Amino acid sequence: MSTQSPDASAASARETTEGTVYTVTGGDWDEVAESAARADDERIVVNMGPQHPSTHGVLRLILEIDGETVTEARCGIGYLHTGIEKNLEFRTWTQGTTFVTRMDYLTSFFNETAYCLAVEKLLGIEDQITDRASVIRVLLMELNRLSSHLVCIATGGMELGATTIMIYGFRDREMILDLYELITGLRMNHAYIRPGGLAQDLPSGAVDQIREFVRKMRKNLPEYDKLATGNPIFKARMQDVGHLDLAGCMALGATGPILRSTGLPHDLRKAQPYCGYETYDFEVPTAESADAYGRFLVRLEEMRQSLDIVEQCLDRLKPGPVMVADKKIAWPAQLAHGPDGLGNSLDHIKQIMGTSMEALIHHFKLVTEGFRVPPGQAYAAVESPKGELGVHAVSDGGTRPFRVHFRDPSFTNLQAMAAMCEGGQVADVIVAVASIDPVMGGVDR
Amino acid sequence: MSGENGTGGARGPGEDPERDTANLPGMRGAGGEEIRVQRGMFGANNGGDTSGYGGLVRSVRLPGASARPYGGWFDEVADELEGALEEQGLLPENALDKTVVDRGELTFHVEREHLVRVARTLRDDPALRFELCTGVSGVHYPHDTGRELHAVYHLRSLTHNRLIRLEVSAPDADPHIPSLVPVYPTNDWHERETWDFFGIVFDGHPALTRIMMPDDWQGHPQRKDYPLGGIAVEYKGAQIPAPDQRRSYS
Repeated sequence: MSTQSPDASAASARETTEGTVYTVTGGDWDEVAESAARADDERIVVNMGPQHPSTHGVLRLILEIDGETVTEARCGIGYLHTGIEKNLEFRTWTQGTTFVTRMDYLTSFFNETAYCLAVEKLLGIEDQITDRASVIRVLLMELNRLSSHLVCIATGGMELGATTIMIYGFRDREMILDLYELITGLRMNHAYIRPGGLAQDLPSGAVDQIREFVRKMRKNLPEYDKLATGNPIFKARMQDVGHLDLAGCMALGATGPILRSTGLPHDLRKAQPYCGYETYDFEVPTAESADAYGRFLVRLEEMRQSLDIVEQCLDRLKPGPVMVADKKIAWPAQLAHGPDGLGNSLDHIKQIMGTSMEALIHHFKLVTEGFRVPPGQAYAAVESPKGELGVHAVSDGGTRPFRVHFRDPSFTNLQAMAAMCEGGQVADVIVAVASIDPVMGGVDR
Repeated sequence: MSGENGTGGARGPGEDPERDTANLPGMRGAGGEEIRVQRGMFGANNGGDTSGYGGLVRSVRLPGASARPYGGWFDEVADELEGALEEQGLLPENALDKTVVDRGELTFHVEREHLVRVARTLRDDPALRFELCTGVSGVHYPHDTGRELHAVYHLRSLTHNRLIRLEVSAPDADPHIPSLVPVYPTNDWHERETWDFFGIVFDGHPALTRIMMPDDWQGHPQRKDYPLGGIAVEYKGAQIPAPDQRRSYS
């Protein structure tokens, strides 16, 4: 680097004919490593990630290590920033679901539901959402909670060297992805939940397949208990690691299993119910230990509770519409399977092209332009597997969102990494990060 | 909840007194606060528009200040907050710009110089006890002159099971808002994100650096004057323009 910048943390800069060129990859890093090497012969700075199998995606951890002890830990994020919030401002409100489902890609249905709840609040149609749509939303969210927790436990286990638990977790998640594929057509990134209801109804045979899955999953869940819960190696690695007490959680805004592992049974499904959660019978599991092991136990128990809720959903599924009656909000076309895949139903095309000019105009306007949302702002929050997923949506009365902000729980919870890791062992950093369960798609958006 | 307060309440300061509205049909969202006047449609404003939509004038209004009673527990929180501020020798009308009740949500618009005091009171007062801040969301209203940049905070009380919203604004020329990190440490990354995307400077933040964009990035991408970018794509012989070049209906 040609010039030494006065501020050690600032990127180094050099003047060229094209203007000032900053070097942010490596310049500051070299300085940190150099000064650390000068100060103490035992102290080194380790750069973990952004490409590292145990950092859950492109997370960069900067660890200052004295021997085996982590004295300082910092996160570098932003490697997966895709500008989803900005992009939403250039699409219709309906198209928004296609984007938000890709934020935290392991909790797609939560993103979609939270976004749709915010849009529905702006539209003032919360009361018009049909029972069947709400039940299917709950059903999919609880299946999603299972699949997200399975990935968390599976990858967390793998990072400890427990590869069996990884295979088990992904085996069971695969069954859930098969259900998604049956219901929405896609294993991930569904865009199935739409403002006003759902894109379409459950396909025939879905209920039976979900029941079959619940039966299998009830058999498989105890295997995690047998493998891990009482396993002395697993416990030795997890207990008293990544400690964060209730006061720490409140200050750092940590929610979800991290908060519940401190013994506080805070769950938005109980505290501020949405989608009719107040009518379901389930418990909010907690642990007292406030460590990685406690979070594991909370997640395991939550999976059992989710299975209970899925069964209750199946029992109360009554035939009925899955979209609000307001034709100005519902997607005008009914989808149907044609010879080239899913598309507009032939009956609908026949109607708009052959019989009704008004229906054609209506279809054209809604598909190209979208519906208008009255001006104002709304906040909707759901309890995602990782914590409080909040959506702040602002409308200026147009057909596109004026601003949508996602308060992603992974983003907020990841701030607790330093508090959990500093003063501990290097090996425990892996366990602590795994117990936060960050997904970089959600952190960076 | 008195949800209609926001739209049916007193006329906002933005209302044009010259226009005789007595003979016109009531407009959705009349009243409230004007943030922008929208002219034309489809993004056509270069005179080539023959559709007639070019003459369309529509004012964009956000729900304005609500009058008491706010309904439900909103009055209790407002009373408690105003009382607690008065006890500290701060006149509530100086600290709180306005209170808006809309869509079953309570929003306090706070003057930025009193933000930290208000937030501390909301957190510490036993009757308020908003322990959890869910972060800050920036909103850029480029036509809301003098208050272009808004920072929106959602505070959750686990003790009382309530949720309120604080909204603070700053002009583009002086984009400073005091940091809430001393009160809610969770806002550390959230404020960095809002600085990164909107250019709001949070005074008192321990290390206000970019968090998502590279350190040497120019500009603040989620501001309305920052283009989305993208290139036109050819599909089956037709040119599909980039998303921010497509026609707009709002």
